[in-house]
Amino acid sequence: MTRFIIRRVLLSIPVLIGIVFLVFALARIIPGDPCSAALGERANPETCEQYAIEHGLDKAIVPGVFRVDGQIEVRLAEVPATLIDNQFVIYLQDIAAGEFGVSSKFGLPVTELLIQRLPTTVELTLYALTFAIIVGITLGVISAYRRNSAADVGTMLIANLGVSTPVFVLGLLLAYFFAITLNGTVFELPPSGRASAGADIPELVEVWGLEDLSGPLRVIVDFLSNIYTFNAIVRLDGVLLADTVRHMILPALALGTIPLAIIARMTRSSLLDELGLDYVRTARAKGLSDRPVVMKHAFRNAILPVVTIIGLQFGGLFGGAVLTETIFNLAGVGRAVTEAIGARDYAVIQGFTLVIAMGFVLVNLLVDVSYAYLDPRIRLT
Amino acid sequence: MAVTTPPAMELLEERERRSGTSSIWRDTLGNLVRQRNAIVGGAVLIFFIFTAVFADVIATHPPNQVLIGVEGAKKLAPPCIHAFGCPETQPEYYFGIDGNVRDVFSRVVHGTRISLRIGFVTVGFAIIIGGFIGALAGYAGGKLDNFLMRIMDVLLAFPSLLLAIAIVTVLGSGLVNAQLAIGVVAIPIYARIMRGTVISIRERDFVTASRALGESSFGLLVRRIIPNALTPMIVQGTLGIAAAVLEVAALSFLGLGTQPPDAEWGSMIGIARNTMFAAPHLVLFPGLALALTVLAFNLLGDGLRDALDPRLNR
Repeated sequence: MTRFIIRRVLLSIPVLIGIVFLVFALARIIPGDPCSAALGERANPETCEQYAIEHGLDKAIVPGVFRVDGQIEVRLAEVPATLIDNQFVIYLQDIAAGEFGVSSKFGLPVTELLIQRLPTTVELTLYALTFAIIVGITLGVISAYRRNSAADVGTMLIANLGVSTPVFVLGLLLAYFFAITLNGTVFELPPSGRASAGADIPELVEVWGLEDLSGPLRVIVDFLSNIYTFNAIVRLDGVLLADTVRHMILPALALGTIPLAIIARMTRSSLLDELGLDYVRTARAKGLSDRPVVMKHAFRNAILPVVTIIGLQFGGLFGGAVLTETIFNLAGVGRAVTEAIGARDYAVIQGFTLVIAMGFVLVNLLVDVSYAYLDPRIRLT
Repeated sequence: MAVTTPPAMELLEERERRSGTSSIWRDTLGNLVRQRNAIVGGAVLIFFIFTAVFADVIATHPPNQVLIGVEGAKKLAPPCIHAFGCPETQPEYYFGIDGNVRDVFSRVVHGTRISLRIGFVTVGFAIIIGGFIGALAGYAGGKLDNFLMRIMDVLLAFPSLLLAIAIVTVLGSGLVNAQLAIGVVAIPIYARIMRGTVISIRERDFVTASRALGESSFGLLVRRIIPNALTPMIVQGTLGIAAAVLEVAALSFLGLGTQPPDAEWGSMIGIARNTMFAAPHLVLFPGLALALTVLAFNLLGDGLRDALDPRLNR
């Protein structure tokens, strides 16, 4: 098992290097001038030159490649001189030091912005995924168990519709239905934000008297503090918890429906495959009743492909999060990236994209490892 | 010089066909007709293709015509259909009027053209480039294979919409660039399928025989290997069209794809977002059209996959 994990980690290193380079390169070739985007009206030739020198933008991008007045220029003669002294090497050094620069749009260090924004997206994604997994697997099992019944046909119809409905359409329609149509009833739900205006959300460092804390621990505590559900639970704050859950229901429904449909379909087909195998017939033949046969024997084997498919949902979930955050006015990473791109905010684009892609690689790694854990045949090959 | 297939070759291929994949297309069609889902998907799709072709006839107004001063056309007016109780004294607007006083029905009908074209063009692009990369990697093997596939891994390591947004930012907003971005993001999927098929087929008898008969590498690839990889590519491509239509619509929704005043469903919904609570029909109808189109391609793709799966041949 350890060898499998080590091998799998080593295999993701080239991918990570590729990601770092691609993110770096994309940010450099985005058209438009970062100086005028950052300085706005204060931008003139002198201040821009100063800005370029301060931010190292006058150096070669990679050995021998320069950007002059927005145009990419290749100067082969200068390759040896810029082998070390170029923006990519500086960028690598910065990342290694955990330094992502300062956002020109938000006026904050990127790390700090991440601590503010990432918890929203993580919270949203977790709500959506929990909803998708619980409901999806349940529906899939019922569907397979009662194959060709009305419940099966109905579930698969909903699954097909769910997988085809765009997140932004579903989100807007849900918002309309629950905020306008059901306005004034007990089922009314808020169509935007993470908590009601004026909700009391104290920072955990203050609550726990840890204001002096610094370094990675502080980052972790601040991060957790911004996950409102976690904040509310550890402080036993029922009011905030109820408020957060109410605000998260609609975004989670919108974001979770596509994965839910995919999980339900996969669970059904995987369980049906298992139920057709000899060992299930044997189990039935020796007199076991239906429920243990399905839940104890077949389900455990059927869950493997479902785990893979759950892992594969993260990419789509993130794309959906960009849209969900836009619709429901949630200040998460997805919206931050789209806003940063509009403002040519290099530091945020690079930092956020990098963190998201790395998170994605990590999730895939975890899925592979859990797969090996669930199926011993995989780690032996 | 015309290339003729040597008789021995034909015989071998014929045998290969009989043993493993007996007249695959006829079987597929037969299986497909038995798939209820595929029939429904195909029917909906034909309906949309029909709508796209005859959009000018079906639409009641030109898609961009502003109806200011036209009788009964009020900004954000809800649908008015006589059969559903709208008073006969008012003119009919099946899907209502949008924020710029245009007929939503006509815009949704014309949007069919754009969305179908988006689907086919984007996936066509991704299949051609991805297929080429995959064939090259699978056939060449070794370092080139490793290098190309690592690049594909990197592309796959990004959430697709995020990468597409980044690419559109570099290229500039617009429908063509949005399609290109979604196409690029989809390339690795097809490259992987093509590579896998090429590797599994490359050592089969009919390919070896063809090589022994002096066929060039290029000829082998084009005439012997690629045709065999088409089946999985078509299945993935059909499902890919559904994804592409959705993703381009998402980019347009964010304002990065189709630009106003063009009638595209995603951009229509994006613009209607702010008036959503006053006029939900502006989101509902383009949204339904979008969902139905995607559903049709998904059903057809699933049906094709099941029809082509030999394990289901019973």
